[in-house]
Amino acid sequence: MDLINLIIKSAFMDNMVFAYFLGMCSFLAVSKKVSTANGLGLAVIFVLTCTAPLNWLIQQKILNEGALSWIGPQFATVDLSFLQLLMFIAVIASFVQLVEMVIEKFSPALYGSLGIFLPLIAVNCAILGGSLFMVQRDFNLQEATAFGFGSGLGFYLAIVALAAIREKLKYSHVPDGLKGLGITMLLTGLMGLAFKTFIGMTL
Amino acid sequence: MSEVKEKEVLKVKKSEALLSKRRKNILIDPLDDNNPVTIQVLGICSALAVTIKLEPTIVMSLSVVFVMIFSSLLTSLVRDYIPVRVRIIVQLAIIASLVTLVSEFLKAFNYEMFKVLGAFVGLIITNCIILGRLEAYAMGNKPYDSILDAMGSSVGYAWIILAVAFFRELLGSGSVLGYKVFEMIGWETFPTNGLFVDSIGAFIILGLIIWVQRSRNGYVEN
Repeated sequence: MDLINLIIKSAFMDNMVFAYFLGMCSFLAVSKKVSTANGLGLAVIFVLTCTAPLNWLIQQKILNEGALSWIGPQFATVDLSFLQLLMFIAVIASFVQLVEMVIEKFSPALYGSLGIFLPLIAVNCAILGGSLFMVQRDFNLQEATAFGFGSGLGFYLAIVALAAIREKLKYSHVPDGLKGLGITMLLTGLMGLAFKTFIGMTL
Repeated sequence: MSEVKEKEVLKVKKSEALLSKRRKNILIDPLDDNNPVTIQVLGICSALAVTIKLEPTIVMSLSVVFVMIFSSLLTSLVRDYIPVRVRIIVQLAIIASLVTLVSEFLKAFNYEMFKVLGAFVGLIITNCIILGRLEAYAMGNKPYDSILDAMGSSVGYAWIILAVAFFRELLGSGSVLGYKVFEMIGWETFPTNGLFVDSIGAFIILGLIIWVQRSRNGYVEN
């Protein structure tokens, strides 16, 4: 039950986009059409759900102070936490590369529709942010997975909703200077305001 | 003998002035006309979250300027040796090492600030401006030009987030750099607006800055 609460909490109340500004680049750039936003959102859910527990294992078994003691007692004082950023980004980038190769091999159709977004995901701040927040908040392995999934879900909801609004927006008269990015920023602000209503909820 | 040869080579390759017109353009263009944030829509990710107060934003912009300049220099120096297929990972490794340097430096010399910025220092790695400029410029140009380009882009980015932070702190907390400016001029009942402390205020202020800047430059996105 706690895990479901965590998923809901990370998807709605601590939404990656509206509460932490993470993944804004792809959020703004790939939200012109619902279908592409859908593809990117699903890919983000998948990668976040996998990299969060993966990075949790790395943090707990390799990076933390004394974490290496499973190799031998002489490693008990080793503290590798300064390598955290480098390890996390390496895990994410190589995982994305791996997923790309697997999909390319086994499902060319899916690769065709997702292909361009996969490399984009490696530099999506929401993914790295998910891993860093997970460490900050002291989750265990199940919680880390649930958090990864929930955050991905939140990103998915946000990007698909924005894409839907922007498709409708084509038919309205927007001032010249606001066209494109400007009106999208204002829209995001208003959507964030809507998401704020979840904050009062207690689970 | 060899000295004479070197002089001849130098004569043939008449070097460009240190700040020729072309180079000035590389430096100045991203500040306004081709601003990475407002025109190219890059790097909004990691930095908006730290713009609640002006002080962490200054630290953040300095970190980004540092990482940007040195990653451009390093990438440009090794650009001929990077295999095309793994270039993203190589670039990320360069950026990540520099960001680790910044983060350890902050931890050692300004721990309070490190706690305020938290995970967002690490998120400089995925700042799209840095990777975008490495990919688009430093991978194909000489080190000195790349440094100029990096300087222009990062300062162009910095002034936007500093402007956002200025308005957010002024309207949200009624202060500038921690000084209560409204109390100083005798307006003690200045109504601070919680919306600007929140993320929503950042979106709206950035949206308005974009509007003003684009209308002034006459830039219209299709």
